[in-house]
Amino acid sequence: MANFFSDNPWGIALWIVATILMLLVPLLVSLAFLMWGDRKIWAAVQMRRGPNVVGVFGLLQSFADFLKYIVKEVVVPAGADRFVFFLAPMVSLVMAFIAWAVIPFGDGWVISNINVAILYVFAISSLEVYGVIMGGWASNSKYPFLGSLRSAAQMISYEVSIGLIIIGVVISSGSLNFGSIVASQDGMGILSWYWLPHFPMMILFFISALAETNRPPFDLPEAESELVAGYQVEYSSTPFLLFMIGELTAVVLMCALVSLLFLGGWLSPVEFLPDGVFWMCIKMVFVFFLFSMVKAITPRYRYDQLMRLGWKVFLPMSLAWVVFVAFAARFEWFWGFYTRWAVGS
Amino acid sequence: MMVFAFYLFTLGVIAGGLFTVVSRNPVHSVLWLILAFLSSAGLFVMMGAEFVAMLLVIVYVGAVAVLFLFVVMMLDVDFAELKAEMAKYLPLGLLIGLVILMELGMAFGAWEASEVAATQLSAPMPEGVENTAALGLVLYDQYFLLFQLAGLILLVAMIGAIVLTLRHRKDVKRQDVLAQMYRDPAKAMELRDVRPGQGL
Repeated sequence: MANFFSDNPWGIALWIVATILMLLVPLLVSLAFLMWGDRKIWAAVQMRRGPNVVGVFGLLQSFADFLKYIVKEVVVPAGADRFVFFLAPMVSLVMAFIAWAVIPFGDGWVISNINVAILYVFAISSLEVYGVIMGGWASNSKYPFLGSLRSAAQMISYEVSIGLIIIGVVISSGSLNFGSIVASQDGMGILSWYWLPHFPMMILFFISALAETNRPPFDLPEAESELVAGYQVEYSSTPFLLFMIGELTAVVLMCALVSLLFLGGWLSPVEFLPDGVFWMCIKMVFVFFLFSMVKAITPRYRYDQLMRLGWKVFLPMSLAWVVFVAFAARFEWFWGFYTRWAVGS
Repeated sequence: MMVFAFYLFTLGVIAGGLFTVVSRNPVHSVLWLILAFLSSAGLFVMMGAEFVAMLLVIVYVGAVAVLFLFVVMMLDVDFAELKAEMAKYLPLGLLIGLVILMELGMAFGAWEASEVAATQLSAPMPEGVENTAALGLVLYDQYFLLFQLAGLILLVAMIGAIVLTLRHRKDVKRQDVLAQMYRDPAKAMELRDVRPGQGL
């Protein structure tokens, strides 16, 4: 049977589809519970109960919401560009999903183990802005349009610092492949992960990820008090659901990126425990918890403050950090702390 | 499988380029242009140049096309007028297209590709070197000075743009970010106990 899946073209296609389903189905199911967890954490911070009616502890709330979205009527605003209007949520969802093709959950547990994996993720996450822009423009309405313009500017601004931070990590590990990046963090358990040598950048990356995924405190594209709901105003029913899933998937993707780049991916924090998928999931959930906490405890930024933070604070800091890491790696400062190339390859 | 993918991407490039030109709505044009960019990135991947493909997506689709879209969405264009203009310039455009096609035909008609070139095209990198590393070796070793020079030209362009647009106006109110940040509640707020019927 192994031959069928590696030699026969139909077998290969079947195998690819099977691996994709093996990733997507658990991802979607866990998204439902992450959504629930997000709301629960938020509620707990505000001393509310949160969703608690559907299922035990409200666990099935997301599925109820899902059904509710599906059965509602699709409303297309007058004068909307119908094709682009419906293309936008699909783009948003598809872009959020295809980035997962290169995210490994364990050693070799990846759909496509390509050399330029991290560039691929970066490219795809820079395409996510199109769902927002197209949705805002095609709605033929003022609030969505303003929201989408804000979002475009915001995503481009924070992509720059995300890219520079990634370059720092890439210099340290000497590879663009996630497997090699994680392998180069192996060694002394939790102390050899990149959160320590790249400590300030991990926080910058986290904040940029918040801005890139339009999460609070940077959720200006959908600021309720100013723009009603930003680019999503005119969307209802399934297209709205697609936007929601796309957005949440992008958030979880950022959680995966933080754990792969800075928290050692599937490596175990202490040496006597085995590495495995379990650790990757734990780390992603931990980062997602941080995302939720930030949402719960921070007020929204003003737009000019957001731009100032992106261009005048994050960009110079991450640029200086790239130069520093380059020197530290080349001349092996700090006992070669920033050069662990040989380990990975 | 590869042939199928090749035709898919080629179709994407051609359809994207064609509809970029003929679609009436400029926003649709930009979207078709994006399709063309993405398809050509796919073609690069098929040739084994995955680094170039990713750069194409990041730079052109992720940044340049977003700015295009930004500008084009703001345009208030009268499409009927634009169409009339197009009919007027169609003969000239066709003529230019024809001339370029003929030039291309003349150039490639006399082109004789050697066997060595064909094999080198399909295997541009030495064996066992990653795409990214190979490109880095060429850019940062062999053509280091030219690479730096290209960066310098971009820097000059950037500074030029800033100098052209930067002007200090005295008659507008500006915000002082530091002053805003150093405001504290004690100075900014005052709590008063208001008696009923008296006011402040």
